[in-house]
Amino acid sequence: MNLTLYVWRQPAGSPSGQLVKYDAPDISPDMSFLEMLDVTNERLIARGEQPIAFDHDCREGICGSCGMMINGVAHGPMKGTATCQLHMRSFKDGDTIYIEPWRARAFPVIKDLVVDRGALDRIVAAGGYISVSTGSAPDGNAIPVPKTDADAAMDAAACIGCGACVAACPNASAMLFTSAKVGHLKMLPQGQPERGRRVLAMEAQMEAEGFGGCTWHGECEEACPKEISIDWIVELYRDYIWATVVRREERAAEAAI
Amino acid sequence: MELKSKVPSGPLQEKWDRHRFEMKLVNPANKRKFSVLVVGSGLAGGSAAATLGELGYNVKCFCFQDSPRRAHSIAAQGGINAAKNYQNDGDSIWRLFYDTVKGGDFRAREANVYRLAQISVNIIDQCVAQGVPFAREYGGLLANRSFGGAQVSRTFYARGQTGQQLLLGCYQALERQVAAGTVRMHTRTEMLDLIVVDGVARGIVTRDMVTGAIETHLADAVILATGGYGNVFYLSTNAKGCNVTATWRAHRRGAAFGNPCYTQIHPTCIPVSGDHQSKLTLMSESLRNDGRVWVPKKQGDNRPPHAIPEDERDYYLERKYPSFGNLCPRDIASRAAKEVCDEGRGVGPNGLGVYLDFGSAIQRVGEAKIAERYGNLFQMYERITDENPYKVPMRIYPAVHYTMGGLWVDYNLMSTIPGLHVLGEANFSDHGANRLGASALMQGLADGYFVIPYTIGDYLAQAALPKLDESHPEVRATVAAVTERTAQLLAVKGKRTVDSFHRELGKLMWDNCGMARTAAGLRHNLQRIPELRAEFWQNVNVPGSGAELNQSLEKAGRVADFLEFAELMCLDALHREESCGGHFRTEHQTPDGEAQRDDANFTYVAAWEYQGPGKAPVLHKEPLAFENVKLSTRSYK
Repeated sequence: MNLTLYVWRQPAGSPSGQLVKYDAPDISPDMSFLEMLDVTNERLIARGEQPIAFDHDCREGICGSCGMMINGVAHGPMKGTATCQLHMRSFKDGDTIYIEPWRARAFPVIKDLVVDRGALDRIVAAGGYISVSTGSAPDGNAIPVPKTDADAAMDAAACIGCGACVAACPNASAMLFTSAKVGHLKMLPQGQPERGRRVLAMEAQMEAEGFGGCTWHGECEEACPKEISIDWIVELYRDYIWATVVRREERAAEAAI
Repeated sequence: MELKSKVPSGPLQEKWDRHRFEMKLVNPANKRKFSVLVVGSGLAGGSAAATLGELGYNVKCFCFQDSPRRAHSIAAQGGINAAKNYQNDGDSIWRLFYDTVKGGDFRAREANVYRLAQISVNIIDQCVAQGVPFAREYGGLLANRSFGGAQVSRTFYARGQTGQQLLLGCYQALERQVAAGTVRMHTRTEMLDLIVVDGVARGIVTRDMVTGAIETHLADAVILATGGYGNVFYLSTNAKGCNVTATWRAHRRGAAFGNPCYTQIHPTCIPVSGDHQSKLTLMSESLRNDGRVWVPKKQGDNRPPHAIPEDERDYYLERKYPSFGNLCPRDIASRAAKEVCDEGRGVGPNGLGVYLDFGSAIQRVGEAKIAERYGNLFQMYERITDENPYKVPMRIYPAVHYTMGGLWVDYNLMSTIPGLHVLGEANFSDHGANRLGASALMQGLADGYFVIPYTIGDYLAQAALPKLDESHPEVRATVAAVTERTAQLLAVKGKRTVDSFHRELGKLMWDNCGMARTAAGLRHNLQRIPELRAEFWQNVNVPGSGAELNQSLEKAGRVADFLEFAELMCLDALHREESCGGHFRTEHQTPDGEAQRDDANFTYVAAWEYQGPGKAPVLHKEPLAFENVKLSTRSYK
């Protein structure tokens, strides 16, 4: 099939960019979206032009490297699908496709469709872990975990950290990302000792990075390639309020001593 | 060059304990004075960096991705083995050891494999404590399944995303150390050379992939955990960025390369759909627990699968290997698929595919149960092929998946360059000529969490390294070499794209150094690869500059290294006049088409030493002694 692409081109180091039109003829419906871009890039290089820069790696929908706005929708039209798993059979001959990078203050554009998502790592570094140094673990079966809790933890832990939730959110909030990690760890007995400080630290880091707050649009859940539920944000708020109260009481107790 | 395996003496079961006691320790207060570079942030590198940070070493960790969480370990689906024997089905450390040695077709070092089996149990404990959401039974205890080639249920899993969950556990531990200030993370940074001073590894030269800056990092020890070289075939199940550059550059600086011809072809991947194909997608072999593999009995039978009656189907794995059936090891299942396709009984548009059928499993346990076990895999299959595997059998075909070869290391995981340690898929050590399913995750984490933290201390405590700064002539020479090579790649400005060279190399390797290898095919490659390499340096077109994010330049450097490495791989495959595990030489097979080993002449590790550009590498042999396992012909019949 023959397509028309409008692709966001932003030179490295430049604060601005523009949409540039390209023809993409003879595209097979069996190609993945990224293979369509590969073919376009091979043609650009042959013509002496600069290829389109985009992040990608595993091309199996699990590493979370790829991600772009496709006709204004994060990861494109297929629900629960990362860009690399989207195939061209989702489009029709003659279609025009607009391709842009994730747009968020906390995700500065590096070049073309490549953005800096380092802020997500820093949210995890703020507290998205269980503090257990190597060697100090008890036997794996020492602490039983109800299957339903383990399954719920896995649902949340499936997040691939691609940033689509941020790109889809009108506030560019990273609340779905943050709540997925908070939710994964809060469902497990191992995660309980740090549950309060974790949610406070991660939320504070999210704000410090320049992500917006959640005002309940629900776009994040729609865009998520792993279909992480927005319910985890409710769970985050619940813990946040609980932790705020507990901490206030702890501080008061400390002051009294 | 002398290969000293440094395997401790004494009974197999006591070697590691004794070695741990005999190794030197670094005083806790002194650890922060030692700096360690960890290249790669997958299961091996990430776990090593996190653990060394916890111990108090001064660590820098490097990855080419934008976050350490994206390393390719993340894509492992099936599971991780451990000799916990939670299922009370006869498993033990000894059995896991034995299975791994046998599965590797008796081409691995016994002592390393035994240690791996011992440590396997600690890995599960560590991961559970980190919050890895392993599958559980209703009683709250950990669930297990049996997995490719094993007759006990020892595989722990997290849906079809085990690698992802283990890597996230490791990544979170790593980020905790980043926050604590013990580890500095360098993302979007690619190692382009190793700095060796007075014969000792002292640092690396990197390229900042955003600014293009060529930088120097000096340290007391270097760890490479940079994965395998499967992308030498262009099409593989590896992530697009996986490459041989770090290990190849280290090889050029003096690290011996062990068994480069040992590659694993995974039997259950989605078949190629066209010339545009950029990578192949694995379907976890856990699917073989419930799926039955078959092709039509008749050649060229192109009826749709449901129209082929039961008695006209050949369930060839069940027929040929009745005791293991669909669960026989990967190398055997792959070759069997190739065989039936070569006979003209393959299915799908180009005849390169076999069916993996869930019909009888769905009848037996119901669609819901199958969805619970493999839901995400079925979904992934449907995305790619537009076919619903609940209704129509999957089509699968073998694809390159893992490389057992890698830099040669001793028992302490140190290469032939003092100070250079190699972990995970990047080393050659534990899997012999074939890796069993769910053992890669185990090895990566064993090396990173539980081996290197001890052995690197032993090295550092005794190394007595002189002070070094960037003005040292060796350091400056290495930086100059990297800068010049980058400039050369950009200067060619020829007519062919980097990808077109990579595809051509990949096809040569798949055709002549893939599932079945012949002396004639390998000789053809050994003649053709240098020609292709020469053409690359005269005719490649790398657009853009070196002073910015330039993905063509990144690829060009990697392909240039693959073009050198491929030759060594073919040379190794040609010299090994036997068939073993993933290395199948057509000339060496039994009358019924199984791999024929030559134990009298080839029970050794081939470790190749670089001699300079255009010179033949020198072969060194580390003899493999089997004191605890009797060499036998692998049979899964």
